[in-house]
Formats: sequence, C-alpha cells, structure tokens
Amino acid sequence: MTLADGWEMVIGLEVHTELRTATKMFCGCANTFGAEPNTNVCPVCLGLPGSLPVLNVRAVDMAMAIGTALNCTIQRSTFHRKNYFYPDMPKDYQISQYDLPINANGFLDLSDATRVSIERAHLEEDTGKSTHLGGGGRIHGADRSLVDYNRSGVPLVEIVSGPDMRSAAQARRYASELRAVLIATGASDGRMEEGSMRIDANVSVRRSGEPFGTRCEIKNLNSLRSLYHAIEFEAQRQVALLEDGGVVRQETRHWDENVGATSTMRVKEEAEDYRYFREPDLVDLAPDDAWRARVSAGLGPLPAQRRAELLALLATATPAQRDAIDVVIDLGLERYVHAASSAGVDVGVALSRVANELAGVDDVSRLSTGAFTETLAMETRGELSATQAKAVLADLLRGDGDVSAVVAARGFEQLSGASLAETITSLIESNPDEWRRYCAGDDKLAQFFIGLVMRETRGRANGRAVVSDLEARR
Amino acid sequence: MSARELAEAVRRGERTAQSLLEASLRAIDERNDELHVFLHVDEPGARAAARLVDDRVARGEDPGRLAGVPIALKDNLCQTGVPTTCSSRILEGWRPPYSATVIDRLIGAGAVPVGKTNLDEFAMGSSTETSAFGPTRNPLDPTRVPGGSSGGSAASVAAGMTPLALGSDTGGSIRQPAALCGIVGVKPTYGMVSRYGLIAFASSLDQIGPFAADVADAALLLEVIAGHDPMDSTSLPEPAPDLLAHLDDGVAGRRVGLVRELLDGADPEIVAAVERATGVLRDAGATVVELSIPELRLGLSAYYLIAPAEASSNLARYDGVRYGLRVDGDDVTAMNEATRTAGFGAEVKRRIMLGTYALSAGYYDAYYGQALKVRTQMIEAFRRAYQRVDLLIGATTPSVAFPFGSKTNDPMAMYLSDVFTIPTNLAGEAALSLPFGRGEADLPIGVQLLGPGRSEPLLFAAARVLERVERGS
Repeated sequence: MTLADGWEMVIGLEVHTELRTATKMFCGCANTFGAEPNTNVCPVCLGLPGSLPVLNVRAVDMAMAIGTALNCTIQRSTFHRKNYFYPDMPKDYQISQYDLPINANGFLDLSDATRVSIERAHLEEDTGKSTHLGGGGRIHGADRSLVDYNRSGVPLVEIVSGPDMRSAAQARRYASELRAVLIATGASDGRMEEGSMRIDANVSVRRSGEPFGTRCEIKNLNSLRSLYHAIEFEAQRQVALLEDGGVVRQETRHWDENVGATSTMRVKEEAEDYRYFREPDLVDLAPDDAWRARVSAGLGPLPAQRRAELLALLATATPAQRDAIDVVIDLGLERYVHAASSAGVDVGVALSRVANELAGVDDVSRLSTGAFTETLAMETRGELSATQAKAVLADLLRGDGDVSAVVAARGFEQLSGASLAETITSLIESNPDEWRRYCAGDDKLAQFFIGLVMRETRGRANGRAVVSDLEARR
Repeated sequence: MSARELAEAVRRGERTAQSLLEASLRAIDERNDELHVFLHVDEPGARAAARLVDDRVARGEDPGRLAGVPIALKDNLCQTGVPTTCSSRILEGWRPPYSATVIDRLIGAGAVPVGKTNLDEFAMGSSTETSAFGPTRNPLDPTRVPGGSSGGSAASVAAGMTPLALGSDTGGSIRQPAALCGIVGVKPTYGMVSRYGLIAFASSLDQIGPFAADVADAALLLEVIAGHDPMDSTSLPEPAPDLLAHLDDGVAGRRVGLVRELLDGADPEIVAAVERATGVLRDAGATVVELSIPELRLGLSAYYLIAPAEASSNLARYDGVRYGLRVDGDDVTAMNEATRTAGFGAEVKRRIMLGTYALSAGYYDAYYGQALKVRTQMIEAFRRAYQRVDLLIGATTPSVAFPFGSKTNDPMAMYLSDVFTIPTNLAGEAALSLPFGRGEADLPIGVQLLGPGRSEPLLFAAARVLERVERGS
C-alpha cells in the first residue's frame, strides 16, 4: 500500500525494552518473566511506605551498552519522578529520566542505507501488570482488577527516534534492526510477544515538502507485523480525513489487531500533567571515562557488521538466504556458519541448517561447532542424506553423544563396499528384466535399483556408491 | 540516671533490661492517658527484647552500648509487625513487614523499643494537633502543646517515660519540640542517618535524629544510629562520627556567629537566653561575632513549596489499592478519591494541594523552580557564613510552648514556629537545640546551635559547654 499522490508519512518510534538484569532496577528481587504473581516482590518494588530505591549498576551498564551501540553521547544524567495515579504503579509515580537522559543524540543505520536519528535512550522502571476481569478487559467497566507486581521495578530503556521515517516498511526495518542491536548488546532478549520489547509509533502525514502535520501516537504495538499494519492504517486514515477537509486531532490511539484498525484512547486535552521533578531519593548518575570504556570494550561487533561478514561468504545471496542470515544474526549463531565455511562446507547449506534446525532450540551449547561441521561435511560427501543430517543435528542438540555415536545409534553408518556389492548382485539376480533394460541403456532404471537397495539396507547405502557400482557392471 | 549510666549498669549486670523496661512501662501507664504520648505500646515485643538483652549479659556477652535502654520511636518509623500509622487514618492498622535501618541498629546496640509515639499527621505540623488520633500534651504544662511534629517522642523523654527517643526533622520537627519540652534534640547532617524505613514526608529534607535529656545521651544515640547504609542512596559514605570522644573539647579558639535573623520576632526572654548563651561561649574562649544572613528570611517561603511538592508525590501511594484504608467507589478513580478524602486530615490535604499546584505545568517555574533557586541561595549564604565562623547560634523557636488551639486556625502562625529551624533542612546541614533558661510561664527555652555538614562533633562540644554552665555539672 502507498499513500495517495503527493502525501508522505512522517514516523517516529518510541521503543521500550526490558533489560535482562538478574535483579530489578532498584531492589534485589529477581527479574524473571512468568513467575507466580506477586512472588518476586519486596518493600521497595511494592513501594511500601519508608522504602527507598538503590540503583542497580548492571542496569546502567546495559543502558550504556545500548547507547554506545546506537552511537549516542553518554552523559551525566538525573532521575525524575513522573507522577500519575495508576493501580499497577505502586508508588503512583514512575522513576524515569527527564531532561538529562543517560544517552542522547545517536543514530542507527539501516540496511537500505538510510539513517534514523536517536534523540535519547533513557532508563526507567517498569510498572506492574493489571488484568481486568469483565468489561472487555479494560479498566473502565471491569468487574474486578488483579495486579501482579512481579514486573514492577524491572529496568527499562526507552529509545526515542527522531521523526525520520517515511514509510511503514522503513519503520519496520528500523524496529527490526533496533531489535537486532538490542539483542547483540545482551541488554534485551527482544521478545516482543512477552512484552520485553514494546513499540509506540508517532504517525503524521503531510503533503511533500510541507511542514509536519499533527501526529497521533499508537500505543503498545507488540509485533513488527502490527507495527507495519497499524502505521499503514493510521496514515491512510489521516490522509482520508484531510482530503475530506477534516483535521487530525492530536491523540493517543489503540491498535486493534483483530479489527485491523486504530481507535481513540484519549485526546490531548485529557493528557496528564506528570509534574516531573528530580527524584530526591537518588543521586546523579555520572559515568566516568573508565566506566564508558569498560562498557564499550564489552560490546562485540554489531549486527550490521556481522551480517556483512556472512554475506561475504556467499557469491550472491537469495532472498531466502538473506532471511536466514537475519535469523542467524538475531540468535547469535553465526559461529556455526563460519566454522562450516572454513571446513569447505557449502555456506548455503550451513545457513539453512542453522536457521532451520538450530533456531528453535533454547540451548545450543551441547552442539559444538566441530560436530556441526563434521555432520555437514558427511552430508556434503553423500554419507548422510539431508534428512539424516537433520536427525543427527537434533540428536546432537539433545546431547546424545558425538557424531559417530549418534550416526551409529541411528543406524546411519554406510555399508562397506563388499556388503553393498553383495546386495546389488542379489537384487540384479531377482530382477533380470529390469537389469537387461538398464544394460540396454534405460537410465531411468538406475533409480529403480537405488530404491531397492535403499529398501533392502534400510537407507544405509550411499546413493552415489550404488550408482557407480551399477555403472561399473553395465 | 542517664541512658549512658543505665546501659553501663545493665552491661555490668547491676541492673536488668527487664527492670528498666518495667519502670518505663509504669511511667507510661501513669501518664499516657493524660498526655497521649504513645499511640501504641509494644509490651510483648519490648519484653522479649529486654529478655534477650538480659540473657546476653547472663551469658557473659556484651549486648551493646544501649544495653537495656528503653527507647520511644516516632510513629513514622517502620518496625516489623508493629502498627505504624504516621498518625493518619489512611495507614490505620498497617503493620510493616520490615524495620527501618535505625531500628535494626538500635536493637543491635541492645536498646529496647517500647512503642510508637504520636506526631502531627505525616509529620506535617508543629504541635501534634494535626494527629488523627488527638494531640499530645506537654508534660511540663498539659494545657500547652509539646511542639511537633515529633511531639510524642519529645514528651516521652520530658515525662521520663523513656530515657531516649527518635524523631524526624523535616523543618524543625525534632528541634522545636525539644525546645518546647526542655530537652536536647538533634537534626543531623542530611545523609548521616539512613532514611530507610522512615515514612517520607519531604525526602530531600527529612532526617532522623535523637531526643535525650542531656547532650551526652543524644551523642551516644546519634553514634549508634548514624553511619553509611547501602539501602539509602543519599546516605553519606562514612561511618558514624566520634561525638562522645570530642564532647569535652570545648570551644576555645572557635568562632561563633550570632545570627540576627535567628532572633527576629522571638520573645524577649528567648533573645536574652541566646545572648546569655553567647556570653558563655565567649567566656569559654570562643570568638563571637554578630552577623546577618538575610537569605534566611526566604527559608519559610521556599520550604512551604519544596516540602509540599515532595509530599504531594510521596503521599500519592496511599491510594487504597494495596494497604491501609480503602473506601470503595464505583471505579478505581472514585475509590482513590474516596479513600484519600476520608483518610487524610485537613493539613495533609492542604499541603498535597499546595505541592501539586507548585509542580503543575505553567506554575512550576514560578513556584517550585523559584523555591529551588532560593534553596541554592540559602546553601551559598550558609557557605559564606561558615567561611567566617565555625558555628552559628540563635533561637530554636520564637516562643515557648503555646496553648492548644492558639494557632490551629491560622496556618501561617503555625508555620512561623519553624522559621528558625527550616534553613538548616534546606541546606542539608546540622543543628541541635538544647534547653537554656526559662521564659514565659517558667517554660523552657531552646537555644539552637548550627553548623555546616558533618560538624556534629563541634556542635555537641559547644552544646556541652552551655549545658555544663546551665546545670552546674
């Protein structure tokens, strides 16, 4: 979809990412997803009277890693209180950063050679999670509401882009690249479906060359697909409105995935006055040069560079291979591809095996790069079929032993030459007609004999060895 | 007997913690109905704590520097399992699941917490008259207020119910009631005592401090509770200061500034007492200069924007969702409103509204922002003064203890009773009040000594010089 002639979208994204610290931002409670409600809580993250926050240094490390990866200036920063009432926010204020964020003025380069500016990437605490029963799942009209404070106080970084994007596809590319960067820094797992990365999109439209139009903010987009479709819908809505002589009202909108449309959540006149002021319970955060250097040194190569290194292994990359590279980089599994490539294995096959066989596995640590390479080398030599190679990889990932043991346990070792020749001789004897026609030049019958050999040996024969044996006898 | 002597007697096995506690409980029993000092007396908890101290002595162990000394706690300090109300209906019935750092340190030193004392609701007031549970009476004259907000803690020591008490001082809430009750009260340097477990009124101003009958007891108590706490990010990095070791250092060669603004509008007897105290310090070898710090006059206005602004945020959490009072409503917002309407008293509501207004878009720069600038000026003014002198002297309060109801209908008159104490909180510095002479109706006068951050050793030494002359010992 594109906009009607002469119209242009202007998009800026606000991305919240939870940090993968062991403990919460201001207390020692575990930062984990999916625990029993209200089990990872203490006086601090419940905001009990008299409790005080103490900043988690690991959260600062991770925020600085994100800032470094996004080419930001890491600066002296302060914490503020953002005041508003909401039942899942135990203190009825959120500790956030306001005029002095830890990271400012960065950028992210996208694969289409465009650059998106990063205005800021600041630290703040997450709220608890409300579940509203009855009333359509919204707080208003609910029969009762339950609050789980396990998420309360989980560290977040909010990354605010400039209004630099001009299409839904570009916004999706930005979000996707940002996600890859966040994963690469180790600060985030990038799991949008678990809410550890959440996106708000600011969308406006204008006639090309004119000043920015009035924007609407679409809240809480939880997949790249939603992001793309919500922006498309919203821009079309605004253009239709303007072309009919209407005006766009500045407001916050909600994306309904099922309906495929955005709708008004609240208009700007109702916007809250958050009464920001300096958080008196915390001191300034002033990372020195040594701290910056330590964070910078701990940061590995970023996705764009790692992707380029994989691409360089391929003469030309198909779209499927480019997708596979994205998956491999996201999961940080490129070491397998590099190892296989060094051993002379086809890079396309290696990419495909990693993207398909390893991607769905939580823990790949039981599969060494050596075992992966050995398996794929056997596949290349024809000692394992593709199906067999995949089965071997699955066993290796489960920790079932080394390659030869797994191949033996599966019965995938190939028959010796003598044993194979014996089998072929007996099959020729019991199928004299077919053998005659093959000898007379009917090549198609090679497949017939291969099939028989495979059935007889339960797949343990090497197809190529069967063909060369048959050729030799013809 | 002083707390020091009592603790020594317990450590030597000459007295038991349990006997000290029973004496304390008897004193409370005799006058608590009349004076309304304690909101809650934790008899079982105190008896168990005293027994532990005695057991340790019996085993030949040292229970600590406050062995067996009963102590009263202002009811804005969280103590595990003990009702903690801030004298507010909104927290009625709440029992904290954790203890303030200072309480852990007290118990670690062998002290026996006997109960929770009355205060102005959320420490907002100067007379304990804003307590939702009724005012505390001044033990020296029950027709008058004990001061506030830590009026219950001051009265406990003044009435001999406990030798020691803890209060909190946001704008004078320790020093002013100490003055009105004729005892010693200390507002330590900001960050010297951990605020963890102190229910916040105005976080950048709040500081816990000691009440005692004499200077040395106050020094001992402060030594026990002070020192870095990793649970409070604003806690100073160093351990507790040595106060008792320097208590008799005197003031010879020290420079003392008599501050005109800390006498403005005070009763003549109070001005005379401060001048007499200044003479005592001069006689002890100090150089005295008179000086003026005009910025101090701005303190009250800045304070009544900054403290309510922080309070409006600190008190937001009392929303009926998680603990304390809940008054039902049709939806969450209605429940929040009904709860807060029923749970907070008039003074608390006044300050929440004032603070919310001061922080609001369009007003922030003119009010809160301006107040922060005044605060910076105040800090600068003190810094300049402390280039000339080592410590400052003035009155703690403009008047002695006043009768009930005399200021409740005029918030400004009530606020003015903290006019001499507020500047120290804004600057984050140290000050103490000690009884020195008597004024109207033979009621005690408090003289205030002020010093820069971390000047407590000098402040206590100077206070001891005055006390020695006043008591003749």
